[in-house]
Amino acid sequence: MTMNASFDRTLSDEDVLRRRATLLQRLHIDGPLLLLLLLLAAGSLFVLYSASGRNLDLLVKQASSFGLGMLAMLVIAQLEARFIARWVPLAYVLGVILLAVVEVMGHNAMGATRWINIPGVIRFQPSEFMKIIMPATIAWYLARNNLPPGLKHTAVSLALIGVPFVLILRQPDLGTSLLILASGAFVLFVAGLPWLWIGGAVAAVVPVAVGMWYFVLLQYQKQRVLTFLDPESDPLGTGWNIIQSKAAIGSGGVFGKGWLLGTQSHLDFLPESHTDFIIAVLAEEFGLVGVCLLLLVYLLLIARGLVITVQAQTLFGKLWAGGLTMTFFVYVFINIGMVSGLLPVVGVPLPFISYGGTSLVTLLSGFGVLMSIHTHRKWIAQV
Amino acid sequence: MPEPIRLKDHEKDARLVRARAVVGATVVLLLSLVLVARLYYLQVIQYEHHSTLAENNRIHVQPIPPNRGLIFDRNGVILADNRPSFSLTVTRERAGDWRKVLDTIVSVLELGEEERTLFEKRVRQGRRPFEPVPVLFELSEEQIARIAVNQFLLPGVEVAAQLVRHYPQNEHFAHSVGYVGRINERELKKLDPVDYSGTHHIGKTGVELFYEELLHGQVGYEEVETNARGRVLRVLKHTDPVPGKDLTLSLDLNLQKAAEAALGDRRGAVIAIDPTSGGVLAMISQPSFNPNLFVTGISIKDYAALRDSIDRPLYNRVLRGIYPPGSTIKPVVALAGLDSGVVERSTRVFDPGFYQLPNVKHKYRNWNRGGDGWVNMELAIARSNDTYFYSLAHRMGIDRLHRYLSHFGIGQRVSLDMFEEAAGLMPSREWKRVSRRQAWYPGETLITGIGQGYMLATPLQLAQATALLANKGKWHRPRLLMKADGLSPEQLMASGLLAARPAPPDIQLKDPHNWDLINSDMQQVVHGARGTAHKVGATARYRIAGKSGTAQVVAIRQGEKYDRNKLQERHRDHALFIAFAPAENPQIAVAVMVENGESGSGVAAPVAKQVMDAWLLDEKGRLKARFAAPPQELAHDNER
Repeated sequence: MTMNASFDRTLSDEDVLRRRATLLQRLHIDGPLLLLLLLLAAGSLFVLYSASGRNLDLLVKQASSFGLGMLAMLVIAQLEARFIARWVPLAYVLGVILLAVVEVMGHNAMGATRWINIPGVIRFQPSEFMKIIMPATIAWYLARNNLPPGLKHTAVSLALIGVPFVLILRQPDLGTSLLILASGAFVLFVAGLPWLWIGGAVAAVVPVAVGMWYFVLLQYQKQRVLTFLDPESDPLGTGWNIIQSKAAIGSGGVFGKGWLLGTQSHLDFLPESHTDFIIAVLAEEFGLVGVCLLLLVYLLLIARGLVITVQAQTLFGKLWAGGLTMTFFVYVFINIGMVSGLLPVVGVPLPFISYGGTSLVTLLSGFGVLMSIHTHRKWIAQV
Repeated sequence: MPEPIRLKDHEKDARLVRARAVVGATVVLLLSLVLVARLYYLQVIQYEHHSTLAENNRIHVQPIPPNRGLIFDRNGVILADNRPSFSLTVTRERAGDWRKVLDTIVSVLELGEEERTLFEKRVRQGRRPFEPVPVLFELSEEQIARIAVNQFLLPGVEVAAQLVRHYPQNEHFAHSVGYVGRINERELKKLDPVDYSGTHHIGKTGVELFYEELLHGQVGYEEVETNARGRVLRVLKHTDPVPGKDLTLSLDLNLQKAAEAALGDRRGAVIAIDPTSGGVLAMISQPSFNPNLFVTGISIKDYAALRDSIDRPLYNRVLRGIYPPGSTIKPVVALAGLDSGVVERSTRVFDPGFYQLPNVKHKYRNWNRGGDGWVNMELAIARSNDTYFYSLAHRMGIDRLHRYLSHFGIGQRVSLDMFEEAAGLMPSREWKRVSRRQAWYPGETLITGIGQGYMLATPLQLAQATALLANKGKWHRPRLLMKADGLSPEQLMASGLLAARPAPPDIQLKDPHNWDLINSDMQQVVHGARGTAHKVGATARYRIAGKSGTAQVVAIRQGEKYDRNKLQERHRDHALFIAFAPAENPQIAVAVMVENGESGSGVAAPVAKQVMDAWLLDEKGRLKARFAAPPQELAHDNER
């Protein structure tokens, strides 16, 4: 009798747990990631409502983009990483071709050629596609050989990174090209690139930067860097953004001015307040506490990503997951860094919070990849 | 030697990736700490600084200019008011290339190069950043429509409504009320930048200038929340401006018009003073000009026309015109002679038609070459006999003449509140020694005795001397202001609202009866059978005490005769006449100067009489009852 009762209780508890895990597993969804992503989505709509000046249309668009991104994530999560690996080289070649097409006949928007526009059919940025495929390509290439990569494999990897990097840089889009570069480089890092080489590369940054300044950077890009170094030099021109965003963040204080009460954004002093500079709105209205909470969610996402990296069964999965996770942090760091005046202004949106469908779909696709890597593991290994 | 086959070591790879993930996690944590540190720096350490920045961004203080006080005549007729007017403003900071915008305005409104130059000058005078600077005033409806249609071509250009000074009486009061104009750079340096932060106009002449402080009022403020483009979203705090004080002047529109009509189209000056209070009843300097031209900036062409006109319409003859007072000074000289004891009432002088100093050949001629024979003081004044006054002046000497005439205001600024009054000149030994480095000659005393020579007086000074004769030496400085905010000028001075300008001490005669004697002599000028102005007296309905005079424009050499035909019209003598009436109860003192009018009694006296008629007579041509009242009750009546 007593035995029976205790048996029943134990069984029913485990049963509930197992059944829930089974549902998410069946959909190849990682629970912790999903929870964090939903949290971010809710926060994004909250902040956007204020930053856009209570624009509900914009909110609906963002929500539907989020839904679309979730769908993409779900679809990608169903694909087995091993299956994807087979198609990576082809995807890379396709991506490079598309970038070249943009170079030749792309659609011009805001002074930069970034879009492919087939009227009535599709309009997208091949560089976004490349953000996912770039680390996959390097991961695919390095996973075929022993780690750490030797000189030859490193050189080939750098060449593979270099082609899309240059193509995107010429669009011109410094921010995205650097992100692509970073996403490839992080795979090399995770793959155990020797520290000596990493140190050498960092040491080479200075001459490369000088060379870029004179031969690669365009006037507006130079201006951004100059403005970053001394925003007060042109307070009504390019320095305006930084001065105003710093004022927005700083005036928020510890607890912020309150939701919908930020003056900097609501009176239009803050430029791009619902896209790249949205962190300033958040910082103004929710203060240091609000920003720290957001950072915490990001760090939890990254932590989960690194756990997935370590637990991945295939080397390809480990490298791709590691690259994607580290790149995600670069997004966060560059965006908050530039808005708070630590880094020059480059066009990088704040992941999941900034308004913009393209970025959302790309990011969620990336997390779909992570979920795929994590949920298609063979259970034998665990048992 | 064959290459060894390198097998994939999954354990080793996994360890490597795990190590790198740990390193990555550490770096991520460290960089996150950098971000948090940065945010802590901005939001906690620099909180005050950024908070202020954000507030300054948002809140702007906008001045609200006070409404300028209105100006009324003594009957409440408006002489200066504020009229809504539409002006075109340019905000440099919002216009982009503002010179190009000005070009567009000029072409849209079909204006010329001259306006273009003026626009540029005005835009440059803008004081604060983001201040809309008015460039064109009093836009017509068509102009407003054209600007509206082309608004897209005109960034930073707006049509603004504002109150602009308007003078409904046009040229009638240009020389007394004066006018306001745009604040120029020189004035800007002297003005209180806060109080005038919203004001574009300032008094330039006349009452508008003298009472600027009272008329201007105090600026108000509005704290407004603006967005990044400067658009005002809401008002946070509002401090009302204090409007300027309304002024009531002692001037009378009807009398002013009557005096202008009396002067007709002749050039000249008329000033009428109430001798009981010093209040100026009418002040005419003819020709005049339309002060409205100056308010919003006169065009270069219009200004050149006014400035270069031979008739000098901008010249205020009442205050700035200095003339030898001529024979009009004789009653004062006669009074000085009596009071100093130099002459008796019965003293007689024989006039052969000239006067000679002992041992000097030079003949000082009477205007009547034939001579008047034996003349006493009464006849000397009535006939304006020069010989009697040469003799009197000789006996008095310049020192005593200077003392008496100065006390009557000659050579002194007499007014209480008039802008840029000329002092004139009452010569003395000291003056001649300093300015000419010469001794005083006895002959100069003689001609001073008949109001010629160095002596120069303004029509205002002559009127004041007349008022002093009328009210027996009681000094009231002539003033245009009657009441401001219920306060008289004296009360304003006592309360510190107006710079104090105390009147000189009253003139005390040893024998006050002498006032009546001179009054009576002056009546003889008008009403006596041999009086120079007896033609005027013949039609008078009340007793007038007066004195004619002429002021030489061109000196006549010894032995030469004044021949009017030989002289160009502009070189003819100025006609002068002073008078007060009713003689037994003086209510109005008048000084008239008709430029190149030649005859004081023939030309200036009728003008004076018309002015006095207009003031003293009712519509049926009878003396107004209140002016006929005995002096004791009069003071009562006047306060009404």
